[in-house]
Amino acid sequence: MPFIPNTDEDRRKMLERIGVADFASLLQDIPEELRLKSRLDLPEPLSEMEVRRAADSLSRKNVSQENAVSFMGAGVYDHYIPSVIDKIVSRAEYYTAYTPYQPEVSQGTLQVIYEYQSMICELTGMEVSNASMYDGASALAEAALMGRSINGREEIILASTIHPRYRSAVKTYLHHLCCLIEIPHESGVSDLDYMSDKVGDNTCAIVVQQPNFFGCLEDVFEMAKMAHDAGAVLISCVDPVSLGVIAPPGDYGADIAVGEGQPLGLPSSFGGPFLGIFASKSEHVRKMPGRLVGRTTDLDGQEGFVLTLQTREQHIRRERATSNICTNEALCALSSCVYLALMGKQGLCDAAKLCMEKSHYLAERISELDGFQLPFSAPFFKEFAVKCPIHPEKFIASLVEKGFIPGVPLGRFDSSLSDMLLLAVTEKRTKQEMDSLVSLLREGPD
Amino acid sequence: MSKIPPELKYTREHEWARIDGDIAVAGISDYAQNELSDVVYVELPKVGSKVKMSEKCGTIEAVKAVVDLLAVVSGEIVEINQSLSTSPELVNSDPYGEGWMLKIKMDNPPETGSLLSAEDYGKLTKETGH
Repeated sequence: MPFIPNTDEDRRKMLERIGVADFASLLQDIPEELRLKSRLDLPEPLSEMEVRRAADSLSRKNVSQENAVSFMGAGVYDHYIPSVIDKIVSRAEYYTAYTPYQPEVSQGTLQVIYEYQSMICELTGMEVSNASMYDGASALAEAALMGRSINGREEIILASTIHPRYRSAVKTYLHHLCCLIEIPHESGVSDLDYMSDKVGDNTCAIVVQQPNFFGCLEDVFEMAKMAHDAGAVLISCVDPVSLGVIAPPGDYGADIAVGEGQPLGLPSSFGGPFLGIFASKSEHVRKMPGRLVGRTTDLDGQEGFVLTLQTREQHIRRERATSNICTNEALCALSSCVYLALMGKQGLCDAAKLCMEKSHYLAERISELDGFQLPFSAPFFKEFAVKCPIHPEKFIASLVEKGFIPGVPLGRFDSSLSDMLLLAVTEKRTKQEMDSLVSLLREGPD
Repeated sequence: MSKIPPELKYTREHEWARIDGDIAVAGISDYAQNELSDVVYVELPKVGSKVKMSEKCGTIEAVKAVVDLLAVVSGEIVEINQSLSTSPELVNSDPYGEGWMLKIKMDNPPETGSLLSAEDYGKLTKETGH
């Protein structure tokens, strides 16, 4: 099949029209010695069938959550994805990855986003949600920017227990705009005494992740009080599934709640596309980045959906916009919307409870093994760190061969934690899988 | 033709000021509200905060645009028009009256010398084509 539709005759006509003798004379401005004289050194072309065969054979070398028992987490989790999600999001009416432009003609898509926003509000206990952002990290960075525009203060207090990649995103966005103060951690959670020393009249926001990167639960109620007493805002980055069992940001008075939406029905897909959850108190709605869908009635009194507060967006307000983001992850938001609708209030709580009970079972079994230790005593939800007697990377290399991914080695993020493995347990893991992992850890790497 | 009350002072950015002792009452001009069309939200500074002449002290959101509100003079905000939070349309219906925005206690009253007279402001709005 020809992928370049111009025929020799077409090319001859085009050259004739612009009065050029041949194609080579179009290149005369490129010095002779820089021109390629021979053919590109590429293998012979392959047919579609041959390419397919080569690609399949390459892809079989991957170890993924599809063909291994995974205890990986650190921001991306192996929750069950009901098959109806794929069925619905693949419908032609919905199948666009992008936010609608000329949005009001896309009433169905707008209604989906509106329902997504409503569910996120209910889940987080917040008053208003946007149509979604790129991912958890960019949502957190945008939240810090928004915090800055709420009170104009210059210091942002950042818990060092926030995912290291998320902290990098925040630094990238803000390091020229304000002063970022990192709070050290003590036994897996933020050092509150240190934090309270740092919070003052210049504090713009306290930023925390709940559960934090180590899986531990932070004292967010105390942090909210600290922030509000100082006239600052509290920004909380949450795992949406955890809200089935732990207090949502609205309960402890967070001003902005963000999070990674991947656990809500999105595959890990080697790292994306994901979904940035972003919700806020309604008093700050005009500082909120991104798109926002509202429900209204038209002149005939019929219900309709519209993009609202658009005048704050970059395509209208240019350099003074609340953010340079005026899009959303439409398809990912739809997946999460279908996931939440399907699971329902009870279903999400059940899934969260299963994660919690199973992870606590596994943590206890591992802590009984010789040489293994749980380094942190703080309560956790579905993820926990383990101190290993042997370098965790060795366990991984050996266990992957046996179809198990035992977790994420923390040394990849912080060299001082190189003896630790971070394990996440979702509702998908069975008792048998967990018991097998414990046996494999007991035996040690080959 | 937009209304330009002769007793007020103006800025090139279409704010007006009514000087009364050391207090300046401020808002946006009839010309400005007309250009913006329907005002839907006015964000004003907190009472007690300090503002500087020509610097941003709030925002005005209309159906098609959001613009910054600049301080007409330097000083302390002593009062803001609370009714605008529920009735921003007052800016359109009565820009010099019920649509006022701020009262500023001036730090530096001689600054007002740099504000435009009604006559000069009238010329300015004509020059920009209206």
